[in-house]
Amino acid sequence: MATNIGFTVNGAARSITVDDAEMPLLYALRNDVGDRSLHYGCGLGQCGACTIHLDGEAVRSCQIPASAAAGKRITTLAGLGTPEAPHPLQAAFIAEQAVQCGYCLNGMIMQSAAFLTKNPRPTETQVKEELVNNICRCGTHPRVVAAVLRAARG
Amino acid sequence: MNAIAASRRALFQGAAALTVAFALRPGAAGAWTTKPVALDECDAYLAIGADGRVTVFVGKVDMGTGIRTGFIQIAAEELDVPMTRVSVVEGDTATTPDQGPTYGSLSIQNGGVALRAAAATARREFLRLASERLGAPAASLRIEDGEIIGGSGRVSYSALVGGRAISLKVDTNAPIKPPEARRIVGRAVPRVDIPSKVFGRFEYVHDFNPPGTLHARAIRPPAMGAVAEAVDEASIRDIPGIVRVLHQRGFVGVVAETEWAAIRAARQLRIRWSDWAGLPDQARIWEHVRATPVAQVQVTSERGDAAAAIAASPKKLAASYDFAIHTHASMGPSCAVAKFDDDGRLTVWSASQATHNLRKQLAMMLAIDVEKVRCIYMEGAGCYGRNGHEDAAADAALLARGQTRPVRVQWMREDEHGWDPKGPPHLVDMRAGLDAQGRVTGWTADAYIPRGAGGNVDLTAAELGGLPRETLMSPGNIVHNLAHGYAMPAVKTVCHRLDTTPFRPSWIRTPGRMQNTFATEAFLDEVIAEAGADPIAYRLGMLPADELRGREVLERVGRLANWQGRPSPQRDRTGDVLRGRGVTYVKYEMVRTYVAAVAEVEVTRSTGAIKVTRFYCTHDCGQMINPDGVKAQIEGNIIHTLSRTLKEELLYDRRTVTSRDWSSYQVITFPEVPEMRIELIDRPTERPWGAGEPAAAVVPSAVSNAIFDATGVRLRSVPFTSAKLLAALRGA
Repeated sequence: MATNIGFTVNGAARSITVDDAEMPLLYALRNDVGDRSLHYGCGLGQCGACTIHLDGEAVRSCQIPASAAAGKRITTLAGLGTPEAPHPLQAAFIAEQAVQCGYCLNGMIMQSAAFLTKNPRPTETQVKEELVNNICRCGTHPRVVAAVLRAARG
Repeated sequence: MNAIAASRRALFQGAAALTVAFALRPGAAGAWTTKPVALDECDAYLAIGADGRVTVFVGKVDMGTGIRTGFIQIAAEELDVPMTRVSVVEGDTATTPDQGPTYGSLSIQNGGVALRAAAATARREFLRLASERLGAPAASLRIEDGEIIGGSGRVSYSALVGGRAISLKVDTNAPIKPPEARRIVGRAVPRVDIPSKVFGRFEYVHDFNPPGTLHARAIRPPAMGAVAEAVDEASIRDIPGIVRVLHQRGFVGVVAETEWAAIRAARQLRIRWSDWAGLPDQARIWEHVRATPVAQVQVTSERGDAAAAIAASPKKLAASYDFAIHTHASMGPSCAVAKFDDDGRLTVWSASQATHNLRKQLAMMLAIDVEKVRCIYMEGAGCYGRNGHEDAAADAALLARGQTRPVRVQWMREDEHGWDPKGPPHLVDMRAGLDAQGRVTGWTADAYIPRGAGGNVDLTAAELGGLPRETLMSPGNIVHNLAHGYAMPAVKTVCHRLDTTPFRPSWIRTPGRMQNTFATEAFLDEVIAEAGADPIAYRLGMLPADELRGREVLERVGRLANWQGRPSPQRDRTGDVLRGRGVTYVKYEMVRTYVAAVAEVEVTRSTGAIKVTRFYCTHDCGQMINPDGVKAQIEGNIIHTLSRTLKEELLYDRRTVTSRDWSSYQVITFPEVPEMRIELIDRPTERPWGAGEPAAAVVPSAVSNAIFDATGVRLRSVPFTSAKLLAALRGA
């Protein structure tokens, strides 16, 4: 049954109509909103590629029904910063060249961004523990950690 | 029109090509463009736009390695234009030369060198033309930002080309810039793709969504060889937006208006599958491998009578090394978009590492003229060998047939883990003899590995659907590095090429070379321990005196790791936590990149936990185009291979793969990544070799050797799980 769902994405109010309110938010954002800065990696909440901020919390959009986002505030990587005004993490990932294929990058940055708001001066060990459930297949890990620490240093 | 096509069209219209201004519209005989793609023509690789922009066309593709930036550096350097004025078209079968698949750590070594020759040839020709135009000898001219200056003034490349046709064969001897004149190549240049990725604006193939796109899923059989006996289309009637259900033998697919409808339909569609249970018993996989008929015996090195030398030796060693079946486990499950036009021509957007080959495979499967198929590369998630991208392309092509809307196939995680081709099981029997002084008298290695080479891997859709295919078995070039460069009086290395292997095989980063280097370098460590010698000193003693670059990486890794010479294992093995170090070395495929490494490990005896704490690596790949790109590749090699060495193993029952997610097929996590110290050896006057694979070759042996040093126990079976170590410690 067609359902209307409203939320804000990167500050803009959006309303979408879905056939199935149980459809994961991931597909609503990618296909209905047209924001492809988040990626499908596993659909199981195991890899982190689809991470977004829902009311400021880092969550895996493949695990949340679109209906559960109704009335909430969503931030995606595309809304985190711009080349003109980058988020400190985005600047740090560029400075550290902390990207290989970059498919996991959305999760790395969005998970870290939420983390740094709670723990602005993490240790290296804390960064690694925070990202323990974010998978990277290319082996970019040391550069990702360096980038998060660089962003934290400000 | 989609963004990519739009930007490409604009690009072509603006391109007064080096020789001819080619058009996007089909030429004679249904060709997609008239742009030359012959490997020996400069304009196969380069186009100079009227605006002075340089477009590079390469058959090699950037799969997240940064090679695109390397190509830009090479072209910008030889043509003396800023990097910002160079863009790259990769792996479009209509516009790029067929330089072979992007594998084997060959993109710079072959693809980059070909591009460099084309650019150097073009530069020389521009100087010659400018010399006429400006009335000055070519040697007196200089080039700045794509303008040639001297004599009576200045003239730009685009003015020199001026829309004329200048046919120019690539001269592989055209002079390249000497090291002292290089300003871009050899420097750690930031990658061109990183900003758009960081801001979430990069368009992966997964994000490609031209107007009117339909979404599809292929539904794989629950047992790998099963056939769909009946498909009940009524079972998905309640899902809105179903466009099509395709059923052909073992191939079943659904096409829908929305992605979620396709996913739901794929889950809900009722199918009666035949039974099949043709996989071997995983618990007895190595018995299965040993019992597999041998199709071919391939001797890869032979000197003296090694068997007799071993038999006559006072000390004899023998051991078997095995390496589990691995999956590529790409971060992004395979994806492709396929679209037929009104003339029955097919365009496929794919992250395939071999679009030129994929094109032929798709034409064969669909029984259409190859000229009617165009494959366009778009980057996907990191690819470390032939994974599922080609298969997703075949799924999409099959499901797109019969109408003209684009069809996007996105594999689910279980499809990727379950159905990508696998790195085959690899088994090596090692034997050596030692004399009373601990010197090797004879050495044999016998590898039991599937037949075949690096050709095409059959498309799953063709296989399941009973459609035309090559029926090749292509595990990659897996015979290298069983032979080695150490001086021994008698050596024989043999690859027993097996007629079958349990899963459709393909290459995964450093195929065969990794497994053979593991067996060679770990068994050599056993020999050295038996001889009571220091592992670096003993290796240096066996490397020929003229193997200067090999000696250098080994000597330098010793200094880098602050190596203290002594035999392994270390003496005090009484505590619960033991520490050890292991060294290893490879000359990749015996002809190129040199790598040495030292791993340091911490082993907990009570739990069997293995932690690699530090990893040192010295690396000589000749000339480096982008040293930071090389370093990133080495980091990736080490981490990816530590993951494979310590954790990864495909699980399966008699019907199918059972490790179909990240919890049943675990990979390395952040806390498990060691500190790494990498030393790059730059040789700007040498030819550039590959860096995408060689450092991976040394990782399993470095870790095995370090665990032995810590514990006195040898692990010979990848992955090195805590269960295996505990069992070995109990048996010790």
